[in-house]
Amino acid sequence: MKRRLLYLLPLAVFLVMAVYFVIGLQTDPRVIPSVLIDTPVPEFDLPAIEGREAGFSSADLEGQVSLVNVFGSWCIACKVEHPFLMKIKEVYKVPLHGIDWREKNRQDGPDWLAERGDPYTLIGDDPDSKGAIAFGVYGAPETFVVDKTGTIRYKYIGVMNQEVWDTTIWPLIEELRKR
Amino acid sequence: MRALVLGLLLSLAAVPAWAVDPSEMLADPVLEARAREIGKGLRCLVCQNQSIDESDATLARDLRLLVRDRLSAGDSDRQVIDYVVSRYGDFVLLKPPFKGSTYVLWIGPAVIAGLGVAALAVYFRRRRPAVAGPPPPPLSEDEKRRLDALLEDRPRR
Repeated sequence: MKRRLLYLLPLAVFLVMAVYFVIGLQTDPRVIPSVLIDTPVPEFDLPAIEGREAGFSSADLEGQVSLVNVFGSWCIACKVEHPFLMKIKEVYKVPLHGIDWREKNRQDGPDWLAERGDPYTLIGDDPDSKGAIAFGVYGAPETFVVDKTGTIRYKYIGVMNQEVWDTTIWPLIEELRKR
Repeated sequence: MRALVLGLLLSLAAVPAWAVDPSEMLADPVLEARAREIGKGLRCLVCQNQSIDESDATLARDLRLLVRDRLSAGDSDRQVIDYVVSRYGDFVLLKPPFKGSTYVLWIGPAVIAGLGVAALAVYFRRRRPAVAGPPPPPLSEDEKRRLDALLEDRPRR
């Protein structure tokens, strides 16, 4: 009897592996957990884009809960996300700052915003990924929630939508505002 | 056949293509060599199975430039790598570090191989007495006759 059970061992091993493989197949390899959560915003200082006076630096993130959104006029998903960013500005009134990442021409970002509307409070121009690398960004759009002390509390990879806003981001902002 | 040999030889001659652009390189060959060594170990996060030295992604290019900036500013190799890891996490290292969360990864295969060897050892040890052991006693007259009878009965081919 004992020997018989031993023959089942490979099957058992296979089943355990299969469970891991199924889990592995269902996680998106493009979503890499950020190591920056609960750490202070990294030091950065980006110049203004064309047509704006102020740039955007780490010092700007202290004092209130804010969002930092990495975008680019070349980024298709950012086009999809853009109407929701306008809604954040108009309906939820959370300070939303932008990092205009890797524009081919300096004018591309400003043109893009002029055409669609500008949801950002502050914008930093980031032609050589200095800001993006500081935030550990590897694709656009990515959005960070930063608390009053300038600590990164949450990172959302991809296009923000009403669902993730209602279930995660907005409750987190309200919670952080109380602290 | 000749084509096959030629193909095999050519495949040996193939070297990995580097994406490092001449304009990115540092004038100092020692620093550049260090930058290459670091770049080979950093994962491009856009095309995840390439190093930043191999990838044509713009982010990989910017990371290569960042590595070179930092080296030129006097950072050690360790400091440069630590900076990138502090932004992107251990995932950016093509060779995972040896630490708490990766013990299973590093030690697992050795443990499983050890278990396999142990299982083989047990198997062969159990089997041995049947093979070796004292030689069986010679057949008795009676047994010999039965054996002959059995052999006679065997169907002929």
